[in-house]
Amino acid sequence: MSDPKTTLQPGTDPASLADKRGKPAQADKPTIVAPPDGMTGQGFFATSVDKAIGLARANSLWPLPFATSCCGIEFMATMGAHYDLSRFGMERLSFSPRQSDLLMVMGTIAKKMAPVLREVYMQMAEPKWVLSMGACASSGGIFDSYSVLQGIDRVIPVDVYIPGCPPRPEQVIDGILKIQELAKNESLRRRYSKEYEDLMAKYRID
Amino acid sequence: MPSFAIKADRDQLVTARLAEVLGADLAHEQQYDLMCYTVPKERLHEILRLLRDELGFNFLTTLCGIHYPGAGDRELGVVYHLHNMRAGHRIRIKSFTSLKEATFDTVTDLWPTANWMEREAWDFFGIKFTGHPNLKRILNMEDFPAFPLRKDYPMEDPTRQDKNDSMFGR
Amino acid sequence: MNGTRSTDYWQRDEVESTDMRELTKLNLGPTHPATHGIFQNVLTMDGEIIIDAEQTIGYIHRAFEKIAERRPYYQITTLTDRMNYCSSPINNMGWHMAVEKLCRIELPKRVEYMRVIIMELARIADHIICNTIIGQDVGATTPFLYVFQWREKIYEIYEEICGARLTTNMGRVGGFERNFSELAWERIRAFVKEFPPVLTEFESMLVRNRIFMDRTINCGAFPAERALAYGFTGPNLRACGVDYDVRVADPYSSYEDFDFIIPVGQNGDVYDRFMVRQQEMWESLSIIRQALEKLDKMHDRSTFRADVPEWVLPPKEEVYSQMEALIYHFKLVMGEADIPVGEVYHCVEGGNGELGFYIVSDGGRSPYRLHLRRPCFIYYQAYPEIIKGSMLSDAIITMSSMNVIAGELDA
Repeated sequence: MSDPKTTLQPGTDPASLADKRGKPAQADKPTIVAPPDGMTGQGFFATSVDKAIGLARANSLWPLPFATSCCGIEFMATMGAHYDLSRFGMERLSFSPRQSDLLMVMGTIAKKMAPVLREVYMQMAEPKWVLSMGACASSGGIFDSYSVLQGIDRVIPVDVYIPGCPPRPEQVIDGILKIQELAKNESLRRRYSKEYEDLMAKYRID
Repeated sequence: MPSFAIKADRDQLVTARLAEVLGADLAHEQQYDLMCYTVPKERLHEILRLLRDELGFNFLTTLCGIHYPGAGDRELGVVYHLHNMRAGHRIRIKSFTSLKEATFDTVTDLWPTANWMEREAWDFFGIKFTGHPNLKRILNMEDFPAFPLRKDYPMEDPTRQDKNDSMFGR
Repeated sequence: MNGTRSTDYWQRDEVESTDMRELTKLNLGPTHPATHGIFQNVLTMDGEIIIDAEQTIGYIHRAFEKIAERRPYYQITTLTDRMNYCSSPINNMGWHMAVEKLCRIELPKRVEYMRVIIMELARIADHIICNTIIGQDVGATTPFLYVFQWREKIYEIYEEICGARLTTNMGRVGGFERNFSELAWERIRAFVKEFPPVLTEFESMLVRNRIFMDRTINCGAFPAERALAYGFTGPNLRACGVDYDVRVADPYSSYEDFDFIIPVGQNGDVYDRFMVRQQEMWESLSIIRQALEKLDKMHDRSTFRADVPEWVLPPKEEVYSQMEALIYHFKLVMGEADIPVGEVYHCVEGGNGELGFYIVSDGGRSPYRLHLRRPCFIYYQAYPEIIKGSMLSDAIITMSSMNVIAGELDA
C-alpha cells in the first residue's frame, strides 16, 4: 500500500527515487516511495479490462482485404459460404484503411505498389495488425524478379505470415486465428512501449 | 500436334504481293504453321498498311520486341502477328534495327490496339516509336533506369541477400 | 455509343464555353473495392459525368516474360497459372499446346478430350466469378454467395486431378501426369448433373430482372468496328456482335469434334457481356457432356499422355532398373531435352479471349523469348473510350463486366 502522504509524480522514474527511501521527508519535498509491483503501468484494475478488451478486439476484427492477385481469389473463397470467415468475426470487410484493424495483404506486391501499401498502412489507426497471406507477400514467392518486392516486411511490419501458393482456406483460417491470439493477448500498452517504437523506427514510420 | 490450318494459297498470295513491293528486300520463311516475313524498317509502315487495306489483315494480334545481343544491325527487333479474320489467315512480320537507332514507325494509326503494345516494347526494350501519342513506360515505374527485358539486364531482384549464388545459379 | 441514352444532358455543355465547367479529378485505384485487381484510373469528371480517364497499370508487374527466359519449359507452367488465375487450367493447357507445337508432339484423342473437359470446367469457373461479381457490383450480392459454392465443387475436381485448387499447374507437355481417378470422373459427372439447376436459378434472379436490365442495358456499349480495332477478343468481342472464337476459327485439342454455338450479343454493353458469358457457361456444360459421351464410347480407358519419354518422368521402378528410363529421367531433370530451334505462336480461347504464346526457341532448355499475348492487357486500353460520357457508377460496372484480371493485365 502506498503512503497516503506521498504521491508519485507523473513522469518520475521510481527507480531514481529508491535511494531516498527511508530518509526523513522534508516539509516541502514529499518522500516518494516506489510502489509495489502490479500498481504501476496498467495496474490491477486495468488487467481485467485488458482481457475483456482483448476478447472484444479479437472477435470483431475489421479486415482490409488488400487483394492483389491469386491469393485474393482464395480469400474470396474463404469468405464464401463453404469456409466462411464470418464465423470468426470478420463479417464486415472494410475497404477504407481508416476504419479497419487488420491489413490482409494477399498477393504479390510489386515495387511499384509498395508505396501504396505503405500509405495504406500509415492511414490505419492503432491498434492494427498485418497479415501477410501467401508466398508472394511473405517473401516474393516464386517471383524473384526485378519488379517484385521480396516480401512486404521490407516496407511494413508484419504480424502473421501465411505460407502457401495460394494457401488453402484452412491455412488462412489458421492465420486469422493466430492474429486473434495476438489481439487477445496483447497488452493495452504495447503500442506505446519502447519495443514497438523501435520497430516503427526500424521501418521509418513515425 | 496443335497447329493452325495452313492456307497455302493465301500464303502464296501474300508472299507474291509483298515481293512485288519489296523485291529483294523481303526475306520469308515458313516457321511451323505461320509464314514469317522480315521487312526493312523504312518500309515497315507502308507494308503494314498494304497488308491491312489490300490483303485484309484487319486484326493485329500482338506485337513484341526481341533482343539479339551482338547482332549489330539486327540487334533489336519488333515482331508483329497479323490476323485476317475473314479468311482465317495469320502471318508474322519482323523488322530489325541496331541498338543505336532503335526507332520504328508507330502503327497506332493503323490499329489503335498497338498503343499499349508499343509502350510495352518501349518499356522492356527501349524501342522508340515515332508518332506514338503517349510513349511512356507502362508496366514498370516511370523512373525505372533500364530496359529490363534486354539480355544484359539481370532477372533477379538485386537487393536480395539470402540466396546462395552457387546453389541457385544466379 | 453512349448517345443511345435518352438523357444526353451533358451535350448541352458543348454550347457553353468549356471554362464554365468545373472539372474534378477522381482517383479510382489502385486499391479500390470495386476494381477487381490493382490498376489505377484518374478520372476527370464534370460532376458525375466522366470526361476523360488516364490509366496506370503495372502495379503487379511480375516480369513473367523475363522469368521465363530462365526456366525450363515445364517450369513455366507455374508462371502461366498465375496470369488469369480464375481459370488457370486453360493457361496451363495453352502453354502445353504451344510447347507441343514447338516439339511436334501428337496427342492421342483421349488426352485431347480430357483436356477439353478441364478447359471447359475452368471456363465455367471464370465466368461464375465474372457474372456473380457483376451482380455484386450492381447490388445483387446473393448470386455471389450462392453460386460461388459451385466453384468449390470445381476446385474439388481440380484437387482430385492435380492436387491444387486455384493455381493448378495441371498436366504436362504431352498430356497429364496421371489418369483421372474414378473419384474425379464421379465428381465431374456429378457437377454436370447438379450445376444446371443452379445456373437456371441464377439466371432467374438477374436475366429478366427489370432493375438489372435497366441498369445494364446500354451501359458501356461499344461498337464492333472499334472493338476489332482495339484488339478485343473473347466474350467482350462477342458481346459486340462479332462471332470470333478461337475454338472455332483455329480449332485446337479436337474442338472441331464438338458441336457448340458461339453466343453473340448486339450492343456490346454490360447486359450483353453478362448474357454472352451466361450462355457460354451453358455451352461449356454441353461440351463437357459431349466429351464424357465420347470418352465413354472409346475403348481406351488408360491413356493419359502421349508417348514422349523426353518430357515425362518415367516411373521410379523403371528408373532404378532400366538404362533408358534412367537416362530420360536424368535428361529431363537436368533440362537437356532436345528442343528444336524455331518460333511458334499458339493461341487458345481463354476466359477473356485469345490467349497467345509466342515462343522463340534457340534449342536451349528455356525459351529465348517468350511473349504472352494477354487479352486483358489488350482490351483494357479501350476502357477510357468506353466510359467517356457515362457516369461513375456505370464506369464501375463496365469495368467489372469486362473482367479485367490484374494478373493477366500486367504479367
